[in-house]
Amino acid sequence: MAGLELLSDQGYRLDGRKATELRKVQARMGVFAQADGSAYIEQGNTKALAVVYGPHEVRMSRSKTLHDRAVINCQYSMATFSTAERKRRPHGDRKSTEMSLHLKQTFEAAVLTNLYPRSQIDIYVKILQSDGGNYSACVNAATLAVIDAGIPMRDYVCACTAGFVDETPLADLCHAEESGGGTSLALALLPRGGHIALLQMDARLHQDHLETLMEAAMTACKGVSKVLDQVVRQHLQEVSALTGE
Amino acid sequence: MATVQVSEAEKVYILHGVRDDLRVDGRGCEDYRHMEIETDVVSNTDGSAKVSLGHTDVLVGVKAEIGKPRPMVPHEGYLEFFVDCSANATPEFEGRGGDELGVELSNTLYKVFNNRSSIDLKSLCISPGEHCWVLYVDVLLLQCDGNLFDAISVAIKAALFNTKIPKVHLSENEEGGKEIELSDDPYDCMRLNVENVPCIVTLCKVGYRHVVDATLQEKACSVASLIISVTHKGTITCVRKVGGGSLDPESIFEMTEVRQDPPPPYSSSCHLPFRPSQHISTGFPVRRSNCNRFV
Repeated sequence: MAGLELLSDQGYRLDGRKATELRKVQARMGVFAQADGSAYIEQGNTKALAVVYGPHEVRMSRSKTLHDRAVINCQYSMATFSTAERKRRPHGDRKSTEMSLHLKQTFEAAVLTNLYPRSQIDIYVKILQSDGGNYSACVNAATLAVIDAGIPMRDYVCACTAGFVDETPLADLCHAEESGGGTSLALALLPRGGHIALLQMDARLHQDHLETLMEAAMTACKGVSKVLDQVVRQHLQEVSALTGE
Repeated sequence: MATVQVSEAEKVYILHGVRDDLRVDGRGCEDYRHMEIETDVVSNTDGSAKVSLGHTDVLVGVKAEIGKPRPMVPHEGYLEFFVDCSANATPEFEGRGGDELGVELSNTLYKVFNNRSSIDLKSLCISPGEHCWVLYVDVLLLQCDGNLFDAISVAIKAALFNTKIPKVHLSENEEGGKEIELSDDPYDCMRLNVENVPCIVTLCKVGYRHVVDATLQEKACSVASLIISVTHKGTITCVRKVGGGSLDPESIFEMTEVRQDPPPPYSSSCHLPFRPSQHISTGFPVRRSNCNRFV
């Protein structure tokens, strides 16, 4: 049974974590000088890089201009060497397009777009190394990048995955746990108000378990939001120290 | 290449400065920007390197896979290049925008590296005619501030130096076919000899003089550039002229002469940092951060 491998009898997972333990999150803002905002995040072995350009004039097709708010344009792509097996095309395949749409949906809920009518905000995310939780790493990196760009948001957007094995919810799945065939739920949360920006699950799950699974995912997201908040405050301290305040 | 808009007054300013051997950032015509090279950045590749040349950032990952050798050369393995101009560098590269530049870059890389003197392709052979190592070299452009070829070539050289190819044991199975076993020991691997791997130097003609390591602004003022790939012995493997302007044959000879001079110190300084260490820099102290691998 897959359950025996993913969660041992003593309660330890494949990489030695407990069921509700998150992977180590390390992040850095302002990695690129040329972009308006940029951030890099490492969640365990998953490494994601996010870059934000904007707000600027709508570039591609004028018809996309919205008269009362900004258009958010996202692109999700993976480096060809990011997965164990080499990926032929970095973006343009169906999964990347779907992820880009999810990111767009997530950030439209969080960014105060009505402050920038007739303009466009570009969010480009790149996965440098993939070990499960790609979407969550992207969202977390993009949140930091948007903050680095100085674009106002309602709240941090934190994302995390959760799984369900042996009546126990697992937080922050790695690749082996995601592809093991069990349940995996991805959740993007605005932690202060508890609003959900995106919820996605594709697997079979009994409806009684849904609430526990969502609670576990929300708790994990709140944990991630604390780490992101710390990163932002530290970056702000560094930057203000450099400018001599 | 991502372009910047430069006004006429700025162009004249840059031209006059170059004429007096003083560029906008204070460098001379033959000075490179500060370069940082870091190897072993991505752990699930067989070799990787990240190079920062001023504001140009390039990340290269090398993956080794077993494949069939080319029919014309059954005793050699081969390299496959792929350049991904990501939208991170500039919004113009979104979607298919970066494909054109990516294809141009990878075609040039094939020309530069695809010869026997660069890498010993015979060492990549496992069993002649049947199995060989194919090295997929994937270049990822993270930030673009001019001089892509130089940064990419240094990154490829560093990544190939860092590449660890697992040792292979051939054995015969029951039907007489060959079976390949990869050794499980992560330290039992083969390293490549990258001494003869060339480095590319781009020379841009600005006014009457040529500059090395041009930024985007200087590129906007130049009409044509010459791309020369040189090994550390001084052997030229590829020469290409790019750009819409025309170059006088005299200036081309002048440029190649200049090329003989800087490559030895430049290529040899490329040899210096190539020790099997995690964190390398060629100058100013690197700012420590949370993720000490990616600076």
